[in-house]
Amino acid sequence: MLLQVVCLFIPLIAAIFMPFLFKKIRNIHTGWFVLFVPLFLAIYYATFVPSISKGETAVVQFDWIPSLGISFVSYIDGLSLLFSLLISGIGALVVLYSIFYLNRKKEQLHNFYIYLLIFMSAMLGVVQSDNMITLYLFWELTSISSFLLIGYWYNRDKSRFGALKSMMITVAGGMMMLGGFVLLSLMGGTFSIRSIIEQAPLFATNDTFVIALVLILLGAFTKSAQFPFYIWLPDAMEAPTPVSAYLHSATMVKAGIYLVARFTPVFALSEVWIWLVAGIGLLTLFWGSFFAVKQTDLKGILAFSTVSQLGLIMSLLGVGAIAYHVNDAADTVFKYASFAAIFHLINHATFKGSLFMIAGIVDHETGTRDIRKLGGLMSIMPVSFTVALIGSFSMAGLPPFNGFLSKEMFLTAMLSVTEFDLFNFSTWAPLFPIIAWVASVFTFVYSFYFVFKTFTGKLQENELPTKPHEAPIGMLISPVILASLVVTIFFIPNLVTDTFVKPAVMAIQPFLYSSPEDVHIHVSAWHGFSPELWMTLGIIVVGLLLFVTLSKWQKYYNTLPEQFTLNRLYDFTVNELLGSWMTRFSGLYMTGSIRNYLGYMFTAIPIIVIATLFIKNAFVVSFEGASPIHLYQIILIFVLVIGTITTVYARSRITSIIALGAVGYTVSLFFVIFNAPDLALTQLVIETISVALFLLAFYHLPKFQKVEERTRFKFGRVFISVGVGVMVTLVALSAHSQKLVTSIAEYYKETVYSLAGGGNIVNVILVDYRGFDTLFEIAVLAIAGIAIYGMIKLRMSRKEKNHESK
Amino acid sequence: MEIVMAFVCGFLFMSAIYLILSRSLLRIIIGTGLLSHGAHLLILTMGGFGGENPPVLADGVTEYVDPLPQALILTAIVISFGVTAFFLVLAYRSYHELKTDDMTLMKGSEEID
Repeated sequence: MLLQVVCLFIPLIAAIFMPFLFKKIRNIHTGWFVLFVPLFLAIYYATFVPSISKGETAVVQFDWIPSLGISFVSYIDGLSLLFSLLISGIGALVVLYSIFYLNRKKEQLHNFYIYLLIFMSAMLGVVQSDNMITLYLFWELTSISSFLLIGYWYNRDKSRFGALKSMMITVAGGMMMLGGFVLLSLMGGTFSIRSIIEQAPLFATNDTFVIALVLILLGAFTKSAQFPFYIWLPDAMEAPTPVSAYLHSATMVKAGIYLVARFTPVFALSEVWIWLVAGIGLLTLFWGSFFAVKQTDLKGILAFSTVSQLGLIMSLLGVGAIAYHVNDAADTVFKYASFAAIFHLINHATFKGSLFMIAGIVDHETGTRDIRKLGGLMSIMPVSFTVALIGSFSMAGLPPFNGFLSKEMFLTAMLSVTEFDLFNFSTWAPLFPIIAWVASVFTFVYSFYFVFKTFTGKLQENELPTKPHEAPIGMLISPVILASLVVTIFFIPNLVTDTFVKPAVMAIQPFLYSSPEDVHIHVSAWHGFSPELWMTLGIIVVGLLLFVTLSKWQKYYNTLPEQFTLNRLYDFTVNELLGSWMTRFSGLYMTGSIRNYLGYMFTAIPIIVIATLFIKNAFVVSFEGASPIHLYQIILIFVLVIGTITTVYARSRITSIIALGAVGYTVSLFFVIFNAPDLALTQLVIETISVALFLLAFYHLPKFQKVEERTRFKFGRVFISVGVGVMVTLVALSAHSQKLVTSIAEYYKETVYSLAGGGNIVNVILVDYRGFDTLFEIAVLAIAGIAIYGMIKLRMSRKEKNHESK
Repeated sequence: MEIVMAFVCGFLFMSAIYLILSRSLLRIIIGTGLLSHGAHLLILTMGGFGGENPPVLADGVTEYVDPLPQALILTAIVISFGVTAFFLVLAYRSYHELKTDDMTLMKGSEEID
């Protein structure tokens, strides 16, 4: 059954054909061809449902880099199957919606569908990969395709800004996650998540365990838009609405949820995990719901609402991890948390997908998404209104919609936390249900705000760019299907939970349950006068009260100073810290002046060399083996020093050239007294030619400028050059004083005549023993000659030069 | 003698670096000339001055000076000559084109990244 792995790549393969279909078949909307891909996948994954819901799993492996243990493993259990069905099912609905949303003639459809198909492949890969490396691969592919989709209308500034922001944040998180994966694989000796989970209880004592935990959570939090990384999601609303509906409500943002759920068996034993996941989840839940009411853009409200709902699911997963710490967890109340998380995930995908599509329809048919300009659309767009009402009520947690069921279970789970007394939970646990309740009140308010400010009230016809009318039937199909699911799930919740939720819960808590039937949870809409019911009633009463008085208190959001928002922090980091501060910092040392760069080098080299010399105790001076000093040598040294000083201090060019010549001739005299006749000859000739060359250049180069250096730089120059001189002297002394091996010269001396047939040892070395050196030294001379010729002869014509300077 | 020569080489290096850090292009090239002199003398010094005779076979002589450093220096002299000649012409050409030999004025423009 290799097909299971191949299915991951079917959207990618289909993407290859999209440009041809778009260019060749102009009469049919390209989306119709795309539609087959998710439809096929949805049907294919539906065939897994009977076996998976019994608790079985399906694994198919395809080796990619076997020597490194990297392979594409499609591992389907309850969790993967649920996500795969969401991806392919909602994918099909979104493609259908996009066919009517995107104009065939005006839009670059092939680009859109290629990105979307890449995303689909990547997302399926994320949820089915058992290998952590390929999981990361697909993870980054979702970031990239999401970047492309957000920036789909690339000629808009805001699209590009939003795309870049989401890319920066999610890829940064992805890198962290990779680090966590590598640490995990080092602990477990494998990249396979299944075998990591099997070994998980052994890891808890490992030093790097908590680091891996935090790194992987960073990946999940950035992707799932948790606090404080949620800031990319509202800006990603610049994407076309089908993209927002698909990526930013139903699939990609749930990749982080998937990751947390998948790794719960590994990390749930850690206190840090429970606190981080539950705490950050609750904070995100509250923050998102609180600021959703502030938004004036329809998609902005939905973006903040998505953030908030993702926080809800995340906090449930955190509380669900408590089940690992209590005895008889299968029978206690904590089991509700993971169950509620998965159940709400399904519900959220249905109602949020439909709400985004409605926001898109409103935008499409009225020309604006600004809630201040909208109102009174109820009679004009009755179908959209109905769908929006269903979606919003479900989001607010009202019966008879599926959001009610999962919201009740959410409250149950949050109340259950108060019974847990490990890890300081007894102190802080009462906060959990309180925050959850307050956040639910705000959720109620923004749900009503969304639907009633758009569809009821007074129609402001002159404010709207186009005359509003109901959407075409094709555009309504997908939201209507999703809305009917919202209602259906309310009436047959146990069918859904038995089929999808229980196998998924088993994947999150494999140590607790051996088959899905062990999860004894029966969902019912009416469960007596429990505390949850009173809490829900409270939410409705307080929520309604707040909604009615909305105009009175909504303005207080703006008193929160703009400077302290997280977007400011992001802008500051990207523009100021990374942008101008870093540029200014590199500007400090990258001055463009070669003298500064030479200064850095000649400062660094002596410091490193001299420090090493003394740290390693390598500095030795020994007079042993030194040859005697003669008077004429001293005289020559005197001449050399005088010449050098003259060169350095000469005020005119000619003096310094002649002094350099004097130094060169002195060096050749040194060669004479040190028994090097060939060197002396060469040095004499070369020095003569060099001086001649210098004199030639002398006529063409300008006079030395009498610019006085600033004293500080002059001091630096002296300091640096003294440092280099000291370094050379110290190294030379130490090297001379401790000769470790004798010279190999004896061999040359003995064999120069017998083997090479020559008497001049230096010459024989140059052309016989080490002839290759000479060959390439000739090449150097030839190249220098050609280069000089080229420099003098080859000139750009004036026309080319002008062109160049532009 | 080697000890003294170590100081001489250090002195040559010091002067060379001082010149290389100056503003005038010609001074920089003169500096590189001094630097190569210093390096050549350093190689010779490190080979040792022991051995009474030049490394040319002669009757009745057994003590020759080490020939290997000399071969290395010979190669180095030729290469440094080639490079110096190239630099000189480069300096000449750049003065011709840019009308300056002041290193502080020869900076890449700000606009080009």
